[in-house]
Amino acid sequence: MRIISRRHLLATSAVALFILPKSSFASIIRGALPWTPGKSDPPTRVMPGPWVYFTPAEGAAVEALADRLIPPDPETPGGKDAGCAIFIDRQLAGPYGRFDGLYMGAPFQPGTKQQGPQSPVTPAQQYRLALAALDRHCRASYGDLPFARLAGDKQDEVIGNLENGSIKIEGRSGSDFFDQLLKDTRQGFFADPIYGGNKDMASWKMIGFPGARYDYRDWVDRHNERYPHPPIGIGLHPDWSL
Amino acid sequence: MSRKLPAKDVVIIGLGWTGSILAQELTDAGLDVVAIERGPWRDTASDFPPSYSPDELRYRLRHELFLRPAQASLTFRNNLDQTALPVRSWGAFMLGNGAGGAGVHWNAETWRFAPTDFAFKSHVTQRYGAKVLPEDMTIQDWGIGYDELEPHYDRFEYLCGTSGTAGNLKGALQNGGNPFEGPRSRPYPTPAQKQPFSHTLFAEAARNLGYKPFPQPSGNLSQAYTNPLGVQMGPCTYCGFCEWFGCGNYSKATPQTTILPVLVRKPNFEARMECEVTRINLDRGGKRATGVTYVDSSGEEWEQPAELVLLCAFQLFNVQLLLLSGIGTPYDPKSGRGQIGRNFSHQTVSTATGFFDKAKFNFNPFVSSGSIGMCIDEFNGDNFDHGPHGFVGGGYMGQVQTNGRPIEMTQQLPPGTPAWGARWKQAVKDNYLSTVYAGTGVHGACASYRTNYLDLDPTWKDRFGRPLLRMTMDLHDNELRMSAFLTDKYAEIIQAMGANQVAKQPRKGPYDITKYQTSHLCGGAIMGTDPGNSALNRYLQSWDVPNLFVQGASAFPQNAGYNPTGTVAALAYWSAKAIREKYLKNPGRPIDA
Repeated sequence: MRIISRRHLLATSAVALFILPKSSFASIIRGALPWTPGKSDPPTRVMPGPWVYFTPAEGAAVEALADRLIPPDPETPGGKDAGCAIFIDRQLAGPYGRFDGLYMGAPFQPGTKQQGPQSPVTPAQQYRLALAALDRHCRASYGDLPFARLAGDKQDEVIGNLENGSIKIEGRSGSDFFDQLLKDTRQGFFADPIYGGNKDMASWKMIGFPGARYDYRDWVDRHNERYPHPPIGIGLHPDWSL
Repeated sequence: MSRKLPAKDVVIIGLGWTGSILAQELTDAGLDVVAIERGPWRDTASDFPPSYSPDELRYRLRHELFLRPAQASLTFRNNLDQTALPVRSWGAFMLGNGAGGAGVHWNAETWRFAPTDFAFKSHVTQRYGAKVLPEDMTIQDWGIGYDELEPHYDRFEYLCGTSGTAGNLKGALQNGGNPFEGPRSRPYPTPAQKQPFSHTLFAEAARNLGYKPFPQPSGNLSQAYTNPLGVQMGPCTYCGFCEWFGCGNYSKATPQTTILPVLVRKPNFEARMECEVTRINLDRGGKRATGVTYVDSSGEEWEQPAELVLLCAFQLFNVQLLLLSGIGTPYDPKSGRGQIGRNFSHQTVSTATGFFDKAKFNFNPFVSSGSIGMCIDEFNGDNFDHGPHGFVGGGYMGQVQTNGRPIEMTQQLPPGTPAWGARWKQAVKDNYLSTVYAGTGVHGACASYRTNYLDLDPTWKDRFGRPLLRMTMDLHDNELRMSAFLTDKYAEIIQAMGANQVAKQPRKGPYDITKYQTSHLCGGAIMGTDPGNSALNRYLQSWDVPNLFVQGASAFPQNAGYNPTGTVAALAYWSAKAIREKYLKNPGRPIDA
């Protein structure tokens, strides 16, 4: 329960408004360190459920792609069961998918590799275009089947052709989309599970990363010993569940 | 139209390290100070608590704590023949934002520059002859010496509680410290941090090869500390979420954990957050600053008059604001005339990744801190004979691995590993705990050159319609040769640690705006001995507008092989002392050298 005394409110909000006119939108820091209860901004947990950005066909294709990029093995799930496609779907539906915060001033013109990406096409738009082109490619080359329904070796063949640029998307090399997809899939596999991937911290268990433990003072000089404790996530600390 | 506010003694642009230090010093001198900061207020409990701070995606990949390129970016090209294009998302360096500035997300490596760094041109010319310097290299002496700065380095280290082992106390070499450092007047305030396995192994290998390893000076504290202002810090927990992140433990030295709690309580200090200064105003003659104009978060424009203006933004934005305000003469690379934008430099970083037998080596890479590490300094500055090598400059090197964050660290795999599929997955599993990878394993200098400079872009604009800054920057043969040499030396040590395989990654040209090196951008408004060779005098006072002082690494004539923050802060204390003891006795006039 939060109790904010009136005195506290007065003390923290009476900040120097008599110096700047009320119409100023500056945040004035004066006289005391500002602190507002509950101001912190924890991440929002991704909930399972229907696709937010992808169409069902797109979602199925990304699940199948993720499961070949990171295939399952007897100990660790692959990209699909780890939730990589859910992660990508929610990321594309949010600020990342829209290039929020990036510099989007016109004109857009191509430059050198060293000058960095110059496309106005957002990640969300890129996935839509690329997945449609991939679907056309698969149906044309493999008996009208979408990527998700190809056999594993054929799926690998398609991914290899994306990687080496022989599949074109909107007239451009498919390797740009391959790079984007691989980056996003790996991020989903290794990021904190709160974002929808890395289900049950499967990737962290696989490599031996203890997650958000935040205190290794007892371990810094225990050299060449395997750290024994299982991982915890930022939203999954047992002490924080109600 | 802007609305005019009551005048202040001092207006500070930007509330990072230098703004906080100057505000603290000048409010102590009784002046009425206002700081105007583009970003938000940030503090430990509300903005990076331990509960959700260790989030690699949010802070490292999505750049939560940084300036957004949409707010302010720049354009980039390698040379004058190219068209510079906008930097649409950050890559080669990261730009801080808000209270604490880049002092929030830094790793807190707290180095001093070596005595020879301040007179580097004179030193190498004397030792090797003038012909050793390429014709287009524009390095120059600083106009200040290490001995003059020493008390100010000391002050900053005691403010921060820096953890380290002294190598030179008043001229007497000390076991376990850096034998190449300049003399210190007293030991570090706290002992060095403990070192994890791979860092210790690096030191052993280096020692066996005849080098003298020492712990990196760290602003992640080895123990609790109360600084001279009475602000308390906690011990570092080796959490592995330091650089790019805020510290949830009050154990990384930042303006928040060392100065701001005292500063904001002073009646003669005020900070206006989320307000962006758009120009420094000059009087009709153009020789006196009358204050600044800024825009608040509603888009309303205000004029803040002041007697003294302190430009304390990040290096790039110091230069941009000088150019936009018409202060000084813009640098022209063809004629070599003009000082604003001249001698821009960065860093020459490289590394070598070591892959070890997982049955014998378990490094627990996640047990780490931002400025942990064991280093050697044998190949920095002019600590070795450059005669046979064909370059000048150098760098420190070490096992300075800061983390085992999985998105980033699983990218380090033995050469030849496929990028995806079952073999990739197996390689990730086999190597994560037994790989040594320090992104800045070799932290090299970067000289300045005639065609590496900053000016205003003719095409792209910021959100207020002002021209973006334009960066013209490339790596030159001197730096590429240096990087190849240093990386070879570094790889020998990693190999001697017992690696099965070492993948060398020397810096290669052209300079790439997408590849992170460090955030140590330098120059563009450099200090020097006269208006013909510099924008600022040795007290960081503008030659053109004497009631303006420009703080920060924009004053460096070129970059040395160490991290810059210690020197940035020492210069801020040095400048503050000159303002208090010299400038204020005769305000509005140039301080005599």
